[in-house]
This record gives sequence, structure tokens and C-alpha cells, in this order.
Amino acid sequence: MNNERPDPDQLLARVERDKAKAKRGRLKIFFGAAAGVGKTYAMLLAAKERRSENIDIIVGLVETHGRKETAILLEGLEVLPPKLIDYRGTTLREFDLDAALKRKPSIILVDELAHTNALGCRHPKRWQDIEELLDAGIDVYTALNVQHLESLNDDIGQISGIRVWETVPDTVFEEATEVELVDLPPDELLNRLNEGKVYLPQQAQEAIKNFFRKGNLIALRELALRQTANRVDAQMLDYREDHSIHEVWQVSERILVCIGPNALAERLVRAGKRLANSLRAEWLVVYVETPELQRLPAEKRDGVLRILRLAEQLGAETVASSAPDMSSAIIKLSRERNITKIVIGKPTRRGWKRLLLGSVVDVLISDAHNINLYLLGSPRPERGGSVDKSELSLYRKSPLPGLSVRLSTRKKGYYLGYIWAVAVTVASTMLAYLMFGRFELANLIMVFLLGVVFIAMRFGRGPSIFASFLGVAIIDLLFVKPFFSFSVADTQYLVTLLAMLTVAMLISNLMANVRSQAKVAGHRERRATVLYAMSKDLATSQNEDEIVRTAVRHLYTEFGSRNVILFPDLNGRIVYPKDPGMRESLHAADLSVAQWVLDNNEIAGQGTHTLAGAESIYFPLSNGESVVGVLVLLPVNLRRIFLPEQQKLLDTFLRQIAQAITRVRLAEQARKTHLNMEAERLRNSLLSSISHDLRTPLATIVGSASTLVEEDGTLEAEDKLELSRAIYNEAQRMSSLVNNILDMARLDAGAIELNKQWYPLEEIIGAVLTRLQKRLADRPVTVKLPPGIPMIYVDAVMIEQVLVNLLENALRYTPEGSPVEIMAEASSFAVEISIADQGPGIPKGFENKLFEKFYRVQREAAQSGVGLGLAICRAIIEAHGGSIQAQNRPAGGAVFSFIIPLDHTPPLMGPEE
Amino acid sequence: MTQASPVIVVIEDDPAIRLFLRTGLGVHGFKVFEADSGRQGIIEAGVRKPDLIILDLGLPDMDGVDVIKTVRQWSVMPIIILSARSTEQNKIDALDAGADDYLTKPFGLGELLARIRVEMRHSVSSPAQDQSGVFNTGALKVDLLKRQVIVDDREVHLTPIQYRLLSVLIKNAGKVLTHQYLLKEVWGPSYKDNSHYLRIYMSQIRQKLETDPTQPQYLLTESGVGYRLKV
Repeated sequence: MNNERPDPDQLLARVERDKAKAKRGRLKIFFGAAAGVGKTYAMLLAAKERRSENIDIIVGLVETHGRKETAILLEGLEVLPPKLIDYRGTTLREFDLDAALKRKPSIILVDELAHTNALGCRHPKRWQDIEELLDAGIDVYTALNVQHLESLNDDIGQISGIRVWETVPDTVFEEATEVELVDLPPDELLNRLNEGKVYLPQQAQEAIKNFFRKGNLIALRELALRQTANRVDAQMLDYREDHSIHEVWQVSERILVCIGPNALAERLVRAGKRLANSLRAEWLVVYVETPELQRLPAEKRDGVLRILRLAEQLGAETVASSAPDMSSAIIKLSRERNITKIVIGKPTRRGWKRLLLGSVVDVLISDAHNINLYLLGSPRPERGGSVDKSELSLYRKSPLPGLSVRLSTRKKGYYLGYIWAVAVTVASTMLAYLMFGRFELANLIMVFLLGVVFIAMRFGRGPSIFASFLGVAIIDLLFVKPFFSFSVADTQYLVTLLAMLTVAMLISNLMANVRSQAKVAGHRERRATVLYAMSKDLATSQNEDEIVRTAVRHLYTEFGSRNVILFPDLNGRIVYPKDPGMRESLHAADLSVAQWVLDNNEIAGQGTHTLAGAESIYFPLSNGESVVGVLVLLPVNLRRIFLPEQQKLLDTFLRQIAQAITRVRLAEQARKTHLNMEAERLRNSLLSSISHDLRTPLATIVGSASTLVEEDGTLEAEDKLELSRAIYNEAQRMSSLVNNILDMARLDAGAIELNKQWYPLEEIIGAVLTRLQKRLADRPVTVKLPPGIPMIYVDAVMIEQVLVNLLENALRYTPEGSPVEIMAEASSFAVEISIADQGPGIPKGFENKLFEKFYRVQREAAQSGVGLGLAICRAIIEAHGGSIQAQNRPAGGAVFSFIIPLDHTPPLMGPEE
Repeated sequence: MTQASPVIVVIEDDPAIRLFLRTGLGVHGFKVFEADSGRQGIIEAGVRKPDLIILDLGLPDMDGVDVIKTVRQWSVMPIIILSARSTEQNKIDALDAGADDYLTKPFGLGELLARIRVEMRHSVSSPAQDQSGVFNTGALKVDLLKRQVIVDDREVHLTPIQYRLLSVLIKNAGKVLTHQYLLKEVWGPSYKDNSHYLRIYMSQIRQKLETDPTQPQYLLTESGVGYRLKV
């Protein structure tokens, strides 16, 4: 408490806040007590002033309501054309957000902050449009009446008797850079009203006139003044914090509001908001869904979701979690989030029940030591006047679009339990009737209890309690004297019957709990199984397409909703998938919504705050660092998606999918990097090869040619001829090198398409020998082709190239005049062709390396080529589905052989005519 | 015919190669006119009345194949193609369009002169074929009137198709003939996709005429393009 130095965390938070503020546009609110005080007028006046300062200010949307003074002020200001939306035959003029963002002025005027947009706009509320403008760095001037402030909505409803539905979250008001109060004394306002200067909607004229009672106006004015004063106060506090003018540094407070599925929830949230405001504290609203609560009817669970949305609007962070035990979940959350105060409803269990079964509050009191508890009383039903009704109304009625899906509440088979209860009881009665007289009454009772256990196990609480009562009644009626009467002669039987009823009811309850726990456990297990199945499938998916297909399929199975995953293109624009999709794929997605979701990393679409008019829900797929894509899901039932435990499951799904996608993308990137490195390595060896092997002949050519050019008659004719021959030979050598390099490049690029045809092997060999005729002149060449060698199905030019390369190799690496053999052998599957020499052979261990690109046994040897010849051979032979190898012959020398598979049937020749 | 020096038009855009051809051919008694574009080349071919055209396929203004087609509209003068492209299809296209022979760059002057000689001889009279209608090359002698084939003084019997194939080659001796052309001439237009027929028959003829079919002396293979009868 006597710590004089500012808390570093707090300072950091302030720096962050200032940074965000600097980037964000500034919001100025013209704030008034009621319609007609002249907010729009004041706003336009301010705009004119800015205009005269040459600031780029435009009017986004201003309603003049036909008032002349206002209309005159509009002159000379640039007005953005409104977006026209057809709504049930009438055309509505709405603010055109996209046009404003595109125009990007310094300041824009947008009237009526609390306005609700027509369906078809991006956001349901205008304040959300304005948030987006501010985010885009545009300053906004707007107008607001005090009654539209969310937290005052209640109070004003009570004061005026009129409740407005168009509300603005307090956070918007609080975060405004500037609030200018437009004040007009009530008398003057009434005068203006009487003069007809105040615009009133036609249809509600009477009701609204009621609103403009002097008493009301005074109260509203006071509220408006106080609200503005509070804001000034808050600014002052900020200032004092900034300048360390303070007596005591406040320990920052964190408030946790715990709500349940009851009418108290909304009041708890509002109370939490007020407490948080007064303490300037952060606040959280938590809803813990226990297995018991999961059994609640659907409307109640929807109600909770609505309250959580309300809390978000009021500026709270919301947490919906599912846990087996409410109190321990609350305590755990409190510890994690450093909660200092908990707001919770008073225990609903009273008296012995509370003693027996305990209450969350009691557990919190005993376990949460450092936390202050605020208990809020429940409203008594009988007290409920109009105020209570309106308070409950949010809970009952949905202000959010879309969340009004109803299930048939009575499940099929609901009555079946009761029918079974009757049947089992009848059976028990018959059995008991047979036993009657021979067995004690206690044994008969056991028979009935057995029946109750059976019903409880199969059909749950209701039918089994029903069976309990039925059984007791029948025992009383049939087996306890006097028979056929509900009266009991012996009082001890009364005890017996009561005990039976109690035991039966306890059994019912216990069994029902066991059943529901088993059901919950079953659900949980199923969810775990589903998750496991998906993560397993995702883990085995090798590429993005496969992951998307897996994800779409699993999402469809689990949530029953058709869905599609969209990805941005290289420019970050969301595009439709190229894949035609599967049965489970959704084929209608709004790209602009998906784009928004991608850019903002926020959920949008049906049942959310953003673009709620969209048919589907759009989820960002975030891997924690960035949004990799957008999941679009067309819900068959919103509850299946927005219930806490389902949402948790979906969140896990989304995370898993995003991670799987990130995984394959990283793998792909790594693969590409590796390929690039490989290519780089090749390029380097190519460069070094070329630099050596092309420069050597070039040196000879340039040298010889220059000698000839600069010749001054001193050279002998013989020398000239010698030089010319050198040029010719080296140029030939370079030509073959260049050809090899080009061939390899073409083979590598996959640009070569094999032109396979049927060839007699001798023709190919013949062509090669003709081509190499001159160079083979001094070599004895033997060709050994056994008769009956089948034709081969190859690209002859390519195979000739292989043979030429192999023969050239033999010429290059064997002594002059040593013989070369060409042999062929055929099996029924393949033809093997070998070229054997009697040279020095291949150094041991190099047999396979020879076929690698740019590999040479002796580097920098004058006689060598680029080291591509054999690599080209291998590429060609492999393209033909064959293989090539080199080995040493036992008698000395090397043999290179390749195999061409015979996997086609040779063509038949018709007999000659 | 007076023995004036033969005229050659060289259509080639590369000045260095033009220089090499001009000097090389000039030394060997040819009169050379140059054109550096297809259009100019067509004009030269019309004006100079050359005995032969040497044409580069890669010209800046038009495709060499189109030059051949244009020239072929009025003249049968021999055309030899020079091509830097080594893909066979280019050569085949040019040959099918009416070119008589080809050389792939780089080439030596000797090779070029040999081709020119074949073409000139061919355009003057039927090659290696005297008045009696007998074709002679090496040890091979074919009497086209008697339909008699003799190798090393030994008569060889050919089937009708084998003989027809050989006679087409003899008619164009020394020239490269594409697979397409041979198929059309021997079997007819509907057989143009059955190039394996051609290879099998060629192989059979080689077996009968050549001493070693893998080192042919007469029936040479032009890889991927066609065949040539050596003269």
C-alpha cells in the first residue's frame, strides 16, 4: 500500500493503451439528454469549423429530419451518398461503411450512434460500424442520447416507463476521446417541441409525447450531466495516474461474475458492471456448465448465451466452461485470473437442503480466502412488477438474431417411460399377487422396488418416481388390510409404506444420477473419440487438400453442418477453393464475410455480432500466430455450435485443423528449401564444370585464332593448318559439351516427351555406328546380336544418345586401338544391351557414382567431359522404365549395360500381298 | 550446258555464318548471293535463279518452313536447311514442306559441300543411273528395267514391297527421305502412322543387301527423321 512507484504492469498497459489510441481514430460524442436538444446541429457546427480549418471532413450520414437550420449547415460539406437497402418494399437509407473506409477522410460525421442497422449491413449496430472506422484510423463525430447507454437503460426504463432497445455498450462511451454535452434546459426543449422543431417518428407520437414530460426531461438531463461528470472524473484519474499525483496506488481489482441459467443472471451482470465501473476494475463473467446443467431445456441454455453476449457488450470478458463441479471451477478460474471479488447470486437452496447438499456460495466462502464475495438476492416472483418483467425480458426474448431455434422439447419416447412404468408395476403386482399369503409383505415390497430400479435404470427419474407412487398405491390397495381401500388398518404398515416410498424415491434419484452421469461420461467419451479420430486422420494427412477433406468430413459428422474451408491467395484475398468439394462441402459462402474474418481474426456470421445477417458462421482458423484460413459452417442448429461444451469441442477442432495445416505448410516449405539447396548445389557444380571444361577448349580456339589473325606472313603453311585443325577440334569438343548440357537441362526440366515407337535393335546400333564412324575408325568394333532379338519400343533418338555417350566414354577412357564390343541379350521381359571395353576399368566403389551429375573420377583431367554423359544415359534409361549399371569385367575392362523392359506387345505385320 | 559457276542463294540472318558460307563456297567455285531475312530471300530466289538455296530455319521475320512453301510454289530447285534446333520434328516439317536435305549447326564445310554435290547432281539428272536404267553404288547394282538387284555379283530376290521401297530410295538416292514420305510412296497415304512397317521392311532389305546390318553401307538411318540411300 505504501508503494510509491507505479506498478510496471500498469505502466505497460497504459503505454499499450496510448499506442492503440494513437493509431486508432478519435471518437467525439455529442451527448444529450433527449432528442431535440440540438446534438446534430452542434455536430454540424463543429464540422463547419473544422472545414474552415481545411481539414478533410465529410458527412457520413446525418438525418436532418427536414429541419431547416440543420439543412442549411449541411451546405458546403461533402456528403457521402447513403447505402440504399430494400427492406420489405421500402427503401432504407443506411450508412455506407465501405464507401467511408474507401474515401478515408480525416473526420467523418455519423449521426445516431445507437442506430440499429437494417439487415444486410455488415454489423447489426451502427456503433460497430464506427468502431471499424476508428480502427481504420478515421476520426468520428457522432451523437448519442443518454437513454441509449446500456448500463442506464434499466434506470431510464424505470423513470420514463419506456424502454429503448437500441443501446450502445458503455465501453464505446467510455473509450470516446471526447464527449461534448449538448445541454438544453427542459423548458426550452418543451418549447421547441411545441413549435414542432423536434422530430418525432410518426407511428409512436403519443407514446413519445409521454416521454417528453417535464419530470422525465429533468431526470434525463441530470443523468446526462452526471454521466458526463463521471467521464471527466475518469479522465482526471487517468491524468493523476499519468503524473503520479496520488496518495495510494490502487491494487488493480478483478471482478468475477458467476451466472447460472436463471433470471438473476442479467442482474448479476449489470451489478458486476456497476461494481467494475466504480472500482475501475477489469471484470469477467463466467458460466460453468455442470453435467447437471447440460440436461436443462434448450431455451434456458440459449438464455445463458444471450446473457454472456450482453456481458460482452457491457465490456466484460466472458468465459463459458464446462466442468463437473461448479465451485471448484470458479475457484480455479479465480486463482488463474487473480480475481479479487466475486459477484454471485444468493444460494437458492435453503434450510436443510442447503445443509445437506451444500451450496456453491458456502464452498466459496470456506475455500476462496482472499476473495471478497458479493451476494445478490433473487427477486421474489410476487414482487415482480413491470420492472422485473423488463429485466427478465432480455433473458426470454432474443435481441440477437438467429438464436431463436427451437427444438421439439418433448423427445420421442418421453411417454414410453411412463407406459413402461405402468407395465412393470402391473407385472410386479401380478408377481406379488402370486406370492401373497406365502411371503411377508416386505418381500412383496422388494418386488416393487425391483421394478422401480429397472424403470429408473432404463427411463430415468420421472417414470421411476411415477412407478414408486404407483407401487405404493397398489400395495396399499391390494396387499394391506383393509383390501381395496387406501386406508390402512395397522399404523405400522403406514411406516412400511412411507419407508417404501422414501426408498423408492431415493433409488429413483440415485439411479437417475448414475444414468445422467453415465450419459455425460458417454458424451465426453464420444467427444474424446471424435477428437482422437480427427487428430489421427489429420496426422496422417500428407497435404493441405487431404487435411481440408478430413476436416470437412469430421466437422460434418460432429456438428451435422455442411462446411467449407477457405484460404487466402498470395495477395491475402480469400478465394473459392479449386476443388469441386465433397458431399459434406458447403457451396455457398460469402467471400467478403470470410475476408473480414481473416483480416480481423474474429468470428462472424449467424449468431454473432458481426454480419449476423449471413446465413453461415465464419470462424477464423488460427494457429496462434496467424490466421491460416476461414471455416464457413452452415449450422443446422445454432445450439449445436454455441453451447459451451460444443463450442469447446469446435474450438479444439479448429485449433487442430489450423495446426495440421500449419504443419504441412512448414513441411512443404522445408521440402522446397531442401530442393532449392539441392538445385543450388547442382548449379554450383555446373558452374565449376563449365568454367573448366568450356574454358579449356575456348582457350585453344581463341589462342589459335588470334595467332592466325595477327599472322604477318611468318607462319609456315603447315603451322597454319595445324592451328586451324586445333580450332576445329576444340570447337567440336565444345559443341558436344554444350549439347550434353542442353540435353541434361531438357531432361531435368521434364521437357522431353518420349516419342516411343517400335525399332529393330540393329537399326539403332547401325545409326550410332554410322554417326561415330570416323571416331571409331581405328577401333575394332564387334556387334554381337543373337538372332531373333525382338523389336524394342523406345524413343530411338534417345537410345542412340545413350549408346553414343557410352561409346564416347569408352573411346575417351580406353587406350587407342583397343577393341569395343556391343552385345545384346533378350529374355521374355527385357532386352539388355552392353558395351564392353578392355580399358583400365572403373575404380572400385565408383560404379554407381559415375551416373551422378557432374561426377568425374578424375577432376580437372584434360581429357574429361563435363561429367554429364552418364547422367544423361541414366535419365533416359529410367524414363524408359529401365536401369543402367557399370561394372568391371573379370578379364579386365569395364562393361556398361542397360535394360529396356519389353512391356508392350510388338505389332503384328500383315502378310505381304 | 555451258559450265558457268553454279549459283547459290544463302538465306541466313547470322552475318558470321554468312561470311563463312560466302568464303567457303566461293573458294569451291560457287557464286553466292546473300539474304538476311525470309522476305529478302524469297526475292533473291526469284531474281537470281539459283541452282540451290541454303536456308536457315530460324529467321527473324518468318518461319523457314514458310519460305520453303513459298519457293516450292514456283520452283523445284534444291533447298538445304540449316537448323540450330536439334529436335527432329523441325527437320521433318521442313523436309515434308519440300526441303531436300538438312544440316544441323554446327557443321563443317566438308559436310555441306557433300550435301550440295548430291543435290546438284540430283537436279541435273537421275543419280548414278545411266541411260540403261541401272543404278550403281559400291557393290550394289539395281537394274530398274529388269527389276533385278545384284549385290557382290549375286542376285538377290526382293518381295514386291521390298523392291518398291528400294526403288523409291534409288529414285532419291543421296537424299534424306522422311518416314512419312516413304510410307506414302510405298504403302499409300492411309499407312502414314504405321512407321514400324517401314522399319521392319528396311531391316529385311538390310539383311539381304548389307554385309553387316548393324554397320550399313547403303541404307543409312537418319535418326528420328528417315532414311537415306548412300551414293
